Amino acid sequence: MKANYGYHDGSGDFFITIDSNLCTGCVECISSCPADVLEMITDDYDDVVAAVKDEHRKKIKYSCAECKPVDEQPPLPCVAACEPGAITHSW
Amino acid sequence: MVSIGVDMGAKNVKVVVLRENEVIGKALVTAGLDTEGALKEALQSASREAGIDYDEVGNITATGAGRKDVPMARDELTEVGAAARGALFHFSDARTVIDVGAEEGRGVRFNAEGRVIDFVINEKCAAGAGAFTEAMARALEVPLEEFGPLSLKSDREIPMNAQCAVFAESEVVSLVHAKTPKKDIARAVHDAIASRITSMVRRVGVEERVALVGGLAYNVGFIDSLNRDLETEVLIPPDPEYTAAIGAAVVAAERGAKASEGGENS
Repeated sequence: MKANYGYHDGSGDFFITIDSNLCTGCVECISSCPADVLEMITDDYDDVVAAVKDEHRKKIKYSCAECKPVDEQPPLPCVAACEPGAITHSW
Repeated sequence: MVSIGVDMGAKNVKVVVLRENEVIGKALVTAGLDTEGALKEALQSASREAGIDYDEVGNITATGAGRKDVPMARDELTEVGAAARGALFHFSDARTVIDVGAEEGRGVRFNAEGRVIDFVINEKCAAGAGAFTEAMARALEVPLEEFGPLSLKSDREIPMNAQCAVFAESEVVSLVHAKTPKKDIARAVHDAIASRITSMVRRVGVEERVALVGGLAYNVGFIDSLNRDLETEVLIPPDPEYTAAIGAAVVAAERGAKASEGGENS
């Protein structure tokens, strides 16, 4: 299952997509995130997978801002930490 | 076995009683400030309609924004999973469900078993939810139930430029001052919300057929705009705002059956 967490508003699309078929539940992404945006949840199919915390879903553009400088963006820590490549950002 | 699905929505509490895959009782109560009271009232009136005793109930599953606040529920299901199972309950050929409630818009793509493949939720922006149409109908001084049919009379496309429900209201007022007919403004509102929902749902990929559920599925003006945007004819179930509760009841029945099987084996 691909889960899109975030929102679309007048300034654009801000979604973090987590592919639960790829997520192994290794929790590497959680410690990699400086803004503490991610957590592990048990989904409807009893898989333990990474997800964006509820309190960040409506402000994800701002929560993720520190990893997204306007010039020369380094690789995102959560994306880099995820070995199976389950995490993608839409912006 | 009798199972119950409870959908604690942002505005209304919906309860569905299911027996052998058939809806035998349902109730909707506006939550207001007393969600607990509303939940009790909805449970009682749905059980009364179904004519069941409490000990007949095999399992109760809760879904919706307030699903953690249903003490009698034995387990819970996300809104996304519930929407998928509810849509599949009505339409076996549905593969995408669009659920637009009072304060949330949701797009879910699922497989033939009702397992979610991809989903997207928008709970931030009122311009993509039912509350938007309510506010615009109010601004136009048109009763909500006439707002949809009114927009069907329009044959003119007026783009709404505002990206935000609050600013859209002042845009509607400007259109009224410019002597724009109300029917054209109504259509502009429905086109705006439909285009927002469409662009969100395209993120998960639209797979035919598409079902529309949630309170906005009662609005013929919105359905018309959405059909035009998606270039398809969306399926509308009977009592669309109960769909998530039905999905929860279906899952409750499944999980209840599984639990009792497990109990017998051990």
